[in-house]
Amino acid sequence: MNAVSPDLDRRFRDAAAREDLLDVAYDIVDSPIGSLLVAATQRGLCRIAYDAEPEQELERLARSFGVRVLRSSKPIDAARRELDEYFEGDRRRFDLPIDVALLADFNRRVLGELARVPYGEVVTYGELAARAARPRAARAVGTVMNRNPLPIVLPCHRVIGANGKLVGYAGGLERKEQLLRLEGAIL
Amino acid sequence: MSLPPFERFYEAHREEIYRFLTRRLGPQRVEDAFQETFLKALRAYPSLRHGEHLRAWAFTIASRVAIDEHRRPRADTELPELSSLDGRPAFAQLEHLADELPPTERAAVVLRYGYDLDYAEIGAALGSNATAARQAASAGIRRLRRKEQR
Repeated sequence: MNAVSPDLDRRFRDAAAREDLLDVAYDIVDSPIGSLLVAATQRGLCRIAYDAEPEQELERLARSFGVRVLRSSKPIDAARRELDEYFEGDRRRFDLPIDVALLADFNRRVLGELARVPYGEVVTYGELAARAARPRAARAVGTVMNRNPLPIVLPCHRVIGANGKLVGYAGGLERKEQLLRLEGAIL
Repeated sequence: MSLPPFERFYEAHREEIYRFLTRRLGPQRVEDAFQETFLKALRAYPSLRHGEHLRAWAFTIASRVAIDEHRRPRADTELPELSSLDGRPAFAQLEHLADELPPTERAAVVLRYGYDLDYAEIGAALGSNATAARQAASAGIRRLRRKEQR
């Protein structure tokens, strides 16, 4: 009687989202490659983080989008559903609106090209740089991939080295391999 | 201290505010008041300039919500719960007496002796100042003494 019930807690979090009072809603989504912190503004999905221990992530979201950051499951439902379908192998592209308005022009352009790399295919850093009209910027493209705010949905796991090596992944090479295997890009 | 993400503020204060509102309003009316308190806090949160005194600020809002609730006609005659489970037995003995005080005096007495807020914090909580809070608390205590002597 003397503690906030889970039901009251959920009703408050729902009401906060329903009344459009949040800068960022987030929730933790389970996946075969670990728990994901998934966050959205009212414009769309703004962050997927592999480190579901959210302490620093919440600070970063507050700095970027505003301090009204609250865990609330309803605004994340659509993303959760699409991610579930993707991991089940039933979804090959994401239809979610995304919010990358705060990114620098170059990053947005590279991520725009990245979004066009089809499911199950890979591209090299140099090739992606060329598609973004900066053929000599392979290294800069690597940096953009490393800072990709929306891994999985913006498929930076499909970008590999010129020698065919996986090279790197902000979420760890093991996850990159798992995602490529799920998509049938590697055996 | 910079303003923490609202999630941190909510996690840090929700239980204490819930207990406070339960004592003020009773178990039937606490849930609406709890939601109202944190929705109000959420609306005002971006206008805070720093992350200090957030606890007092949370009590400010909860006190006002409770005072507004008290002014509203009651739908039933339910009595506030006499809680003694929150580790404040000494105050719990006194608290039911405070129920009959005028709202501002009651809030000042409860925040001072039940929640150990200082007068500056209580002043902030009641939308006045430390001096007014001290006066409200001592007027409340005098009233309680008179009542006890009768």
